[in-house]
Amino acid sequence: MAHYLIRRFLWMIVVVIGVSIVVFGLIHITPGDPAQIMLGPNAGVEEVQALRRQLGLDQPVILQYGIWASRVVQGDLGDSIVLRRPVLGEITSRFKNTALLAGAAVVISFTIGPALGILSAVRRGSALDRFVMLFATFGLSLPSFWFGLMLIILFSVRLGWLPGTGMTSAVDGGDALDIAKHLLMPAVALAVVPLAVIARYTRSSMLEVLGQDYVRTARAKGLGERSVTWSHVFRNSLVALVTMLGLQVGFLLAGAVYIENVFSWPGIGQMLVDAILKRDFPLVQGGVLLVATVYVLVNLLTDLLYAVLDPRIGMS
Amino acid sequence: MAIAVSVSEARSLATRETAERPSPVLDMLRQDHFAQAALATIALVVLMAVLAPVLPIPSPTATSFGDRLLPPLSPGHPLGTDQLGRDVLSRIIWGSRVSLVIGAMAAVIAATVGSLIGLIAGYFGDNVDTVIMRLIDVMLAFPYILLAIALVAALGPGLTNAMIAIAIANVSFYARNVRGNVLALRNQPFVESARSAGAPHLWIVAHHILPNSFAPILILLSLNIGWMITETAGLSFLGLGAQPPTADWGSMLADGRQFITVNYHLTLMPGIMILILVLALNVLGDSLRDALDPRLRNR
Repeated sequence: MAHYLIRRFLWMIVVVIGVSIVVFGLIHITPGDPAQIMLGPNAGVEEVQALRRQLGLDQPVILQYGIWASRVVQGDLGDSIVLRRPVLGEITSRFKNTALLAGAAVVISFTIGPALGILSAVRRGSALDRFVMLFATFGLSLPSFWFGLMLIILFSVRLGWLPGTGMTSAVDGGDALDIAKHLLMPAVALAVVPLAVIARYTRSSMLEVLGQDYVRTARAKGLGERSVTWSHVFRNSLVALVTMLGLQVGFLLAGAVYIENVFSWPGIGQMLVDAILKRDFPLVQGGVLLVATVYVLVNLLTDLLYAVLDPRIGMS
Repeated sequence: MAIAVSVSEARSLATRETAERPSPVLDMLRQDHFAQAALATIALVVLMAVLAPVLPIPSPTATSFGDRLLPPLSPGHPLGTDQLGRDVLSRIIWGSRVSLVIGAMAAVIAATVGSLIGLIAGYFGDNVDTVIMRLIDVMLAFPYILLAIALVAALGPGLTNAMIAIAIANVSFYARNVRGNVLALRNQPFVESARSAGAPHLWIVAHHILPNSFAPILILLSLNIGWMITETAGLSFLGLGAQPPTADWGSMLADGRQFITVNYHLTLMPGIMILILVLALNVLGDSLRDALDPRLRNR
């Protein structure tokens, strides 16, 4: 087990280094001179030269990566070109908002999703099962950004029940209830696709376990159906569900890019798109690096949880 | 005598079986009503896209400032007009071309490149496999669409770049799945016997590995293409894909968004079209998977 943990942790460091190389490389696959692109066509030659020096673009590539990486390790992600502020402060304050949104979506999708999947599997072939699976296929195909817009039209524009954009009200906003009201629609819009995926996945892993010999044994020895479902079937499907958690957190972090833009949620996704359109490379690099690193960390935690739940994993 | 009869009987049975064995896909299409409806829907959208230039509709980019923001069912504009007076129906129809072409091309590029990588990793194994899969792991460290977004950031916004970015972001999906499949095939007796008979690698891959990997790749493709279309529309929605005045479902959504309080039909229609097309592709993909790989049924 300890050996597995160490190996897994070392491998995570390698992946993060790989990610940093890709993020660093982004600026170099850009056609043309990145400094010129960032400053726009009207920038003077001296200005461009100054930015090139600031970004280290006048150095050999390997040296550039070395300088950049050593700064990143010390928490210096450079300054945003547009905001003229350190990237680190900007991305961390925005990441908190994204984490809140993604966390709310995790809660919604990981409570309703497994519940629907279990219901479907236990009543396999029933009208309920067919309805849930139809709903899941529908949810899987739903473009989340469009679904978000439809929620705004219905609940903000037509019914006026919920605020359509932002994270707090302009007047007297900022308390927990106010933020919760703003959070509800984006969280639902973000949760719908993972919810559908989880419902389908829970159902199929439950059905797989239901066909196992030990389930037959449990029934044969006279165990009640409720007891079979919960202590035998669900517990073993739980392992599969934990794998889903790692994957879906990645999806939620990425899906937040759309949802934050639809709802003007001040998270890292909204910042990233804005930074891309304004060609603010340091901000893009910092944002992508942070999100990818968090995702790698979440996957590490998932793997550890997985090993705890299923002791066979650590042995192999 | 008895043996001879049974052998010839067996032989005739065998030939009859190969001759009359129904194709699982055709069989599925005959029985599965959902799959039929899905196929019909996809065919309709494809037909719409192909026929766009000859249909009696206004140009999707022709502006008319006198006819701005007309509601649906207006004379001459069944689905109304947008903020520049462009016909929404015409833009929906022309937009289907962008979604289909870009989505399908991205899927084919990702499937080809990803399968090739998976094939090489799975077939050669050992160090080749380790190096390739470690690189794939790095790609997978980027949550889904984030890699595509990062690539668009570098290449610059635009439809072609969005397509390349989505294709690259999906390469790892095919590579991992195909590798797993090839790993299983590599140790099958028929591959081992070909290898021990001295067949060259290329021959084994072409005659044994590829034909047996085709169905799984097709399943992956059918399950993936709906995503590709949603992501293409999504990047356009964010302003990173199709640029004005191109008629595209994603950018139509982005345009219509500004008029959400007064003319919500502008955001309604493009989204419904994406939903219908992607739903049809997913339903067909599910049925295709069930037909080609019965082990995965119920997944």
